Amino acid sequence: MTDAVHAVVPSEVEPVLSVRGATKTFGAVVALDDVDLEVRSGEVLALLGDNGAGKSTLIKCVSGVHKLDRGEIRIDGSPVHITSAADARSNGIETVYQDLALFDNLNPTANFFAGREVAGPSWLPRGLQWMKQKEMSTRTKDLLDRLQIRLPDFDADVALMSGGQRQAVAVARAVAFSSKLVILDEPTAALGLRESARVLQLVDRLRASGVAVILISHSMDHVMAVADRAMVMRGGRKIGEVPATADNQEQLVSWIVGARGSTTV
Amino acid sequence: MIDDESSRVGVSVDRATPQPELGEGSDASNDRSSGAIKGVLLALKTGPLFILALMMLFLWAATEGHVFMTFGNIGNVLEQSSGVCVIALGQLLVILTRGIDLSIGSNVSLCCVMVTVVYRDTNSAWLAIGITLLTGLSVGLVNGLLLVWGRLPHPFIATLATLSICAGLALYIAGGSTVLGSPEIVHKLGGGRITEIPGADPIGWFPYATLVVIVFTVICAVILHKLVWGRWIYAVGGSPEAAVRTGVPMNATLISVYAMSGLSGAIGGMLFVGTANAGSPFTGAGMELSAIAAVIIGGGSFLGGRGGVLNALTGALILGVMHNGLNLLGLDPNFQYIAVGLVVIVAVELDVLRAFVENRFRSMHARLA
Repeated sequence: MTDAVHAVVPSEVEPVLSVRGATKTFGAVVALDDVDLEVRSGEVLALLGDNGAGKSTLIKCVSGVHKLDRGEIRIDGSPVHITSAADARSNGIETVYQDLALFDNLNPTANFFAGREVAGPSWLPRGLQWMKQKEMSTRTKDLLDRLQIRLPDFDADVALMSGGQRQAVAVARAVAFSSKLVILDEPTAALGLRESARVLQLVDRLRASGVAVILISHSMDHVMAVADRAMVMRGGRKIGEVPATADNQEQLVSWIVGARGSTTV
Repeated sequence: MIDDESSRVGVSVDRATPQPELGEGSDASNDRSSGAIKGVLLALKTGPLFILALMMLFLWAATEGHVFMTFGNIGNVLEQSSGVCVIALGQLLVILTRGIDLSIGSNVSLCCVMVTVVYRDTNSAWLAIGITLLTGLSVGLVNGLLLVWGRLPHPFIATLATLSICAGLALYIAGGSTVLGSPEIVHKLGGGRITEIPGADPIGWFPYATLVVIVFTVICAVILHKLVWGRWIYAVGGSPEAAVRTGVPMNATLISVYAMSGLSGAIGGMLFVGTANAGSPFTGAGMELSAIAAVIIGGGSFLGGRGGVLNALTGALILGVMHNGLNLLGLDPNFQYIAVGLVVIVAVELDVLRAFVENRFRSMHARLA
């Protein structure tokens, strides 16, 4: 809880998250079919694919919304059982969904600490504990500074912030508590050009601070801009994975639409 | 695995150069218009207090011999609104979580009857007060548990049912008529005046009931703004989905606000009993509307998550002053129901306006970012 952001970026270490043979069916529908995924700290992995490709299912299995039928999830090399969102969180996995899950009526500090307020004394029941508002506010400010997020009014309700600012607050909240892996579900989908650019810069800073990032996006430009690797899914299967370079862009697009390649379903 | 260096090729964001900050620059015109919008929001927030002040000023001017603004009359207004103030505070907690407690009026009736009947039969003031507080609290707990465990779709149903049950219980226990007499402490706190505070009236003008209101207000304010409990209340009202996802204990929070509302019914009920020195099974009839209207008129949002103790108190005092004013002006006091209805419509429309202004503010930020 003390150090919000990891300082060191090891080059070749165990993946923060490694998923092996992930399989998930909903009735007769095979949503995930033997999917592997790895992501290291300080790395941005883009997850690409058309609607219904299985990206969301995969992410939801990792973040504890769904449970895998078969397959293994390892965090820092050791197998974990993630059965709830709280499980995922306690394992250092934070997910920022498209709806951001922000409290519009609260300021950024209250949003950061919702459900994990700094309060005491500890012998009282949680609800009756006195909040340490100054400490929460200072820690929020520190984190926003470190991520170079500047809000026009630090104490304003989130309702008064633009889409990009809200996205920034949600992302910052995700990394606020020593998380190892942040999953961003279409962080730029609802944003304009300039705000999108700023969110992408924020993703960059997350990488620089040593967090592993999984980025779901429909925008090839955004993937090219920030991702290290790109993985394509279609029909619940992993089609391929390449470095996110301009040379590979065509390949990625064809994988997504299923126009070329032997692995098409 | 993929080589770290090669994977960075083709990334178009230049990581070496310092990047502009997220958020927005200090554009002067932007600051001005955002200041104007904040002014509008502040006006919407403090509007009810302003309206209360205007009403009082008008009544001061319009009443014969400025009788409205005499110590005695102000004391009356405070005493008469004290019960509604307390139950409005309870209702505020519920409304903050997007809920509603329709049972509060009947709960007040039941508690009125409870304190007088238990006192009549046992002659023990503390037993009467204790059982009454427990009664109110229990009604609230039942409401909360029905909502959470009974998985009822909306608190409207649960509290509508307990409204009817409490009203019936109150009539049954009282035997259908008013029970005279109340514990001395209840009579003093509900109907007594503090003689130590200087004023025109030699027997004192400042009601003890107002002290009770102040204490309960402070308790509610501490809960809402200082304790984790209050943060959860605002969180649940602000976004139930986000509350679940961030691990805010939603069910416990919901049960707790209905319990507090129930408790406020007991305290409010005893204030009414103290004023009249009698408990009637009809005291609280229709009072749920006063409690809800007070919160809404005072500026609390029916959409949940917005409002504070001042909103509830302001609303309750507006209702009290309105009632008192109609009396003093010799108008039919029944006009107040019509007036309350109209004011509620205006208040809800203003809340919608607030949401609209906030939206404008947000899109303005997005454009200028």
